[in-house]
Amino acid sequence: MDTVEAPGAVPQARFDPRGLVELDETVPRIAEIDGERASFDAHQLTTRQINLELRRLVYGEGVREVTVRNPGAKHSLGVGILQRCKITFEGSLGYFACGLIDGPEVHITGRVGWSSCENMMSGVCVIDSNAGSLTAAALRGGDVVVRGQVGARTGIDQKGGTIIALGDAGSMTGFMMQRGRQIICGNAGHGLGDSMYDGTIYVGGKVASLGIDCVPGEWTDADTEFVMRKFGIYGLGAAPELQKFVCGKKLYNYDSLEPSERKLVL
Amino acid sequence: MCGIAGIIYRDKDPLPANGAHRLGADMTRMLQSMKHRGPDSTGYALYHRPSTDLIMRIKLGDGGGNGDIEYADRLRRRRREVEARLRAAGARVESIEDINEYTIAAALDYDGELKHLADYVESVPGAEVLSAGSALEIIKDLGDAQTVGAAYKLDNYVGTHGIGHVRMATESDVDISNAHPYWAYPFSDVAVVHNGQLTNYHQWRRRLERLGHRFASDCDSEIIAVYLAQKMSEGATLEESMRRSLDDLDGVFTYICVSDDALGMAKDELAAKPLVLYEGDDMVVLASEEMAIRAVIDHEIETYDPYESQVMVWTR
Repeated sequence: MDTVEAPGAVPQARFDPRGLVELDETVPRIAEIDGERASFDAHQLTTRQINLELRRLVYGEGVREVTVRNPGAKHSLGVGILQRCKITFEGSLGYFACGLIDGPEVHITGRVGWSSCENMMSGVCVIDSNAGSLTAAALRGGDVVVRGQVGARTGIDQKGGTIIALGDAGSMTGFMMQRGRQIICGNAGHGLGDSMYDGTIYVGGKVASLGIDCVPGEWTDADTEFVMRKFGIYGLGAAPELQKFVCGKKLYNYDSLEPSERKLVL
Repeated sequence: MCGIAGIIYRDKDPLPANGAHRLGADMTRMLQSMKHRGPDSTGYALYHRPSTDLIMRIKLGDGGGNGDIEYADRLRRRRREVEARLRAAGARVESIEDINEYTIAAALDYDGELKHLADYVESVPGAEVLSAGSALEIIKDLGDAQTVGAAYKLDNYVGTHGIGHVRMATESDVDISNAHPYWAYPFSDVAVVHNGQLTNYHQWRRRLERLGHRFASDCDSEIIAVYLAQKMSEGATLEESMRRSLDDLDGVFTYICVSDDALGMAKDELAAKPLVLYEGDDMVVLASEEMAIRAVIDHEIETYDPYESQVMVWTR
């Protein structure tokens, strides 16, 4: 990838969109690399150092499987990785974990804070414990699997992909959702699917209240097939009995076509 | 933004030999790890074993004096006057410790109404009661947790439970009066830290002022402390008062409230401000960010976020 001029920067300073070159931090280069695998301890490293080391391994060293030990709930770890690879975080992450990723398969053995996997384009993120509010906000593609509970506004502005939570979800889950699917196995809080444009939300437990223009949908074989397939892929056992919720299409007057699709239609 | 933190040790011995339960040091570590949430001021409400005396921490002025050349004299005069008024209000002054040039901690023998005593002290211009109670001490000043912790020698503070706050000022001044935690004037041993904004602040302030409460600052968070004090003086428990606050207070908020034997949290109905909880057998720790909890617990733990409209209270 070519480097590009940073706006307003001094002429010789350049940055790389992949983050390989940082102006004020050096890559720690502490990972033990074994062929296509690597691991390192993040205990003493700053957020930026951890992300730089990850980028060096994935982009620079051609490593396909990285294990990060002791992430210590730091924020913004594993963001913006645009390459197919496997990343395991042994521990918990803070806010904005694994946002803006396109391709990686991420496994987090602890929990994540607010806004994890926001704006994720593709790939997989499996979280073994709980997740905070705004999980998978504006998710564009890929799967986010949370084995514990998720907070409020899960999948706000979701535009694609799938969110699976085995536990409960907070209020305003699926707020302004535009596409994609959510499977909430536990209970859902107030205002489920409020102002949603499209997409599907499956709920296993009780729904405290439905949001504006979110209505029960008709269950089809395609729904059964989808849920079983996703539960099978991630080894989640038998799916609970689910209710389906969709957009009532009374609130808005927009289509949900991609720009390329709109061109075809028009 | 702003960051809040709380810690309550659940075992009954606050003075173990191995140096654990150094509440001051634990709280400093937690608050320092959240420095990015608020670098303006840092505050602590720390609880030790109840003493027989009433401990009153009084601020005589703000540090530095802002170029006031008579600042030192002024502080000395205020200190003398405060001491005289404590006596005049009927308190027996056991001792007065000079914490720094503008803060004192008085140990008092006093059986009367706390409001009477506090009002008497605050009638000295420039003096403010930061906290009063048999177990509570509020320490707050400008700067990050390490600065405040070192200046007030909190590293060896041994206690049972406490709360802390790092402040990013949004709608009121950066000074000690506007720093958290807030003492629930005039209720002994109750303090509050808050993260958020309250939108019906002026309404509640007028209402509470009409009932005779005083406000030491222009910060919206102070409402919560005074509101809880009012509800408790009407006979409600801490938990009941907190539950009522969810209906009465508008805005976005997560706050932590402590009394001499309990610590509680409340979250608004939008769940717009974060809080992470760890509930262990030996301690309960809560903070705006998990990083802060990890600063005091080194082993792997299970944490979760409370949901909207939730009120939780833990007792010792």
